[in-house]
Amino acid sequence: MGISHIIDRRLNGKNKSAVNRERFLRRYRGHIKKAVTEAVGKRSITDIERGENISIPGKDLDEPTFRPGQGGMRETVNPGNRDFSSGDMLPKPQGEEGGGGVGDGQAGDSGEGLDEFVFQISQEEFLDFMFEDLELPNLIKKQLKDTSSYKYLRAGFANKGNPSKINVVRSLQKAYGRRIALTGKSRDKIKKLEIEILNFKPSNPEEDALLKELNEQLEKLKKRIKKIPWIDEFDLKFNQHIKQPVPSTSAVMFCLMDVSGSMTQLHKDIAKRFYILLYLFLKRNYKKIDVVFIRHHTSAKEVDEQEFFYSRETGGTIVSSALKLMDEVIKQRYPASDWNIYAAQASDGDNWNDDSPVCSKLLRENILPSVQYFSYIEITQLDHQMLWHEYEKVSAEFEECFAMQNIKTEADIYPVFRELFQRKPA
Amino acid sequence: MTASKKSKKDDQEIKQSNYISEGSEWSFALIEKYDEEIARIAKNFNLDTYPNQIEIISAEQMLDAYSSVGMPLGYHHWSFGKQFLQSEKGYKRGQMGLAYEIVINSNPCIAYLMEENTMMMQALVIAHAAYGHNSFFKGNYLFKTWTDADAIIDYLLFAKNYIAECEQRYGIEEVESFLDSCHAIMNYGVDRYKRPAPISPEEEQKRQQEREEHLQQQVNELWRTIPVSHDQDDHGPKSRFPEEPQENILYFFEKNAPLLAPWQREVLRIVRKIAQYFYPQRQTQVMNEGWASFWHYTIMNQLYEEKLVDEGFMIEFLKSHAGVIYQPPFDSKWYSGINPYTLGISMFQDIRRICEEPTDEDKEWFPEIAGSEWLETLDFAMRNFKDESFILQYLSPKVIRDLKLFAIKDDDKLEEYEVTGIHDEIGYRYVREQLSKQYNLSMKEPDIQIWDVNLRGDRSLILRHTPNNRVPLGDSTDEVLKHIHRLWGFDVHLYSVDNGITVEEYHCPPQPPADLII
Repeated sequence: MGISHIIDRRLNGKNKSAVNRERFLRRYRGHIKKAVTEAVGKRSITDIERGENISIPGKDLDEPTFRPGQGGMRETVNPGNRDFSSGDMLPKPQGEEGGGGVGDGQAGDSGEGLDEFVFQISQEEFLDFMFEDLELPNLIKKQLKDTSSYKYLRAGFANKGNPSKINVVRSLQKAYGRRIALTGKSRDKIKKLEIEILNFKPSNPEEDALLKELNEQLEKLKKRIKKIPWIDEFDLKFNQHIKQPVPSTSAVMFCLMDVSGSMTQLHKDIAKRFYILLYLFLKRNYKKIDVVFIRHHTSAKEVDEQEFFYSRETGGTIVSSALKLMDEVIKQRYPASDWNIYAAQASDGDNWNDDSPVCSKLLRENILPSVQYFSYIEITQLDHQMLWHEYEKVSAEFEECFAMQNIKTEADIYPVFRELFQRKPA
Repeated sequence: MTASKKSKKDDQEIKQSNYISEGSEWSFALIEKYDEEIARIAKNFNLDTYPNQIEIISAEQMLDAYSSVGMPLGYHHWSFGKQFLQSEKGYKRGQMGLAYEIVINSNPCIAYLMEENTMMMQALVIAHAAYGHNSFFKGNYLFKTWTDADAIIDYLLFAKNYIAECEQRYGIEEVESFLDSCHAIMNYGVDRYKRPAPISPEEEQKRQQEREEHLQQQVNELWRTIPVSHDQDDHGPKSRFPEEPQENILYFFEKNAPLLAPWQREVLRIVRKIAQYFYPQRQTQVMNEGWASFWHYTIMNQLYEEKLVDEGFMIEFLKSHAGVIYQPPFDSKWYSGINPYTLGISMFQDIRRICEEPTDEDKEWFPEIAGSEWLETLDFAMRNFKDESFILQYLSPKVIRDLKLFAIKDDDKLEEYEVTGIHDEIGYRYVREQLSKQYNLSMKEPDIQIWDVNLRGDRSLILRHTPNNRVPLGDSTDEVLKHIHRLWGFDVHLYSVDNGITVEEYHCPPQPPADLII
């Protein structure tokens, strides 16, 4: 009998089923998308980033085969008889589907699969489904075209280079090594001579002359060593860097919101969800994201998240104040060359009429040229006012980076979000 | 004096620590040691096995192995993903423990051990799978006839690569939906009477290319030779095609479906080959599990008798063993049919008992084996039967009594169930016959055959279902017909014909009932 071969496979790949699992998800993406959309609507705001249970009706993923149906005659053998005798007649259970009941172990096979099939998708997959087909407008364009930002990466040392890049430590090491190598013999001789001279006790003139000669030799050797340059040109080592274009991986997201008296908590909640979607979406595309909250009524103020969403103010509305502040913040802290700038503005459309043209001017001249994308959502069930119409003009001019949508109820958030960030055909 | 005394004491200590292992931690060295001992014991019991390849895997890998239905290399398909999600969910929720082992009918015989298992479990699995199942694979006539343990791994690799290549060429969706259709009739891919000679995987690959070239020609030939004269209607004896009804539907399509592309025929063939590989397993579940359980039980007890394992080991083993062979009674909420492990091990142990300590009853029922050499008798039984015939041949009154088996009839024409036989003198034979029938594959798989092809007309395909005890076809029949339609390419008709009377019919595309002329 051959000796068994024992193999440790634990470090071999797991996830052998990953492809099959993905095939399954792909096949049922319709079901999954629907479940995800529903989940987004139902979940609380802070709770958007986790996986989800997806449930698919069993009949939808049944793999059909020829199998016996209900009816006809069947006879089965079962274990555990207690008090039956041959010929006993037993009542069939009423109203039960098919031939279930006593001793029908086999029929269970065909009944299976009618229940819901429930499985988990991960947080990652959840978000993928949620953001499917969406893409931040201009994102790719920006990454491709924006080669103006470079990163210098160390790439070892070179023998030639710009004096400003001399690596002092390396160069001195090299020189030291060279000196040791070139002076080795002379130094040995010097050592020997010195010992000889030290032990030499001259007792007659001839010996005096010999000592003098020895001293001369010693001097000569020392001179020779001194002649060896302390540092030579070929000792020099230069730091080498290579220039690598880096896509800008930081983004800043401006949340602008009207908090004047006409904005109720409901409005704000809707706006908040929209911001969260945007935030999550940005998070999937950028390593680092700053969020700037600017709230305004008649004047604008940069605040923290808590205050942004929950403190109440009253008063009229001057939207341009927020835009002005945003422009200032960009100029001070987020130069467009280093940052991908996104903005989402939410309002109920109320604005002091004379202010709306000011807004559109600010957008046109200062803000839109430097942002990746500016989205405006108007949360109202009423007719649009002046601001909306002004923005419509802007939108026509800046199709690429300005979009606006109207949200009426919470259920509109996700579709509108999708609409705003719809993958645009290139 | 003191020195000799001390050495005596050492001897005793050595004797006491004869155990291969203590504690539940396993190591590779220990697994090797156990395997050595178990191999020795198995050899003494004349178990003939393929060489073993024992692979230690993690729980995640076991989940993977699950979903590929025991194929170590499966092609990709969404249905395996579904299976994976299902077992993953069950496992994560703790509803389901993972099987302790999976064993592959191949040469060398591959057995997976899970790293989470205790030392005892590893030894149990080695005995059960690497020597029990392994010897069954090598010895049972169905496996010998239908599977090539030498070639299966290479064939699966060929299949996986071929299908991946098709996906690249024709698109994943195209290939996947074609596989769906093949899977729908996967159980109709075995020719029960003829068996092709085994060929090597290299040859398989070579032949695959030849097939691709010639098969299409052949099919074209078939359709070309048909007389095209429409007016000359069926007078005289009509020749049927195929001449005899065909039960191997996949094979028939592979050779005769008019519209399939060469790659589709090859994929059909792959599905058919894999179905054929699993065919013996579906018919020997009771025997296979019974045989493996009988041997793990016997081997573990032998280890204990030889003092190679301690009491703790045995207690853990017996507990686990009892769990595996537990049979809940019919009225328990855990009942889901007869546990094949229980029935199988009960029967094999009973055969041994009949050989070693036959009662008068045994001598009357089993004159040819009562008192015979048990190892030879068991070996014969393992080699020459499948579940159906094994039960018919060997189920004894004693086992029927022990399991308190009874037969019950459910006739949809009657208001009540009828108990038709129990564990008594008049019932034994009847119960045995009924139980044997229960393991006939046609109980689970309706008898459906290719009946005719309308060669002269619309090329429609006619299938015939022969109901067993008036049991009709299930809900998904129409869906299956759609798949058959996809494979065949023309209209498909299925008739259930019971004693010459058509009791039910299915059509794809669906037909208004008025049009039917039978």
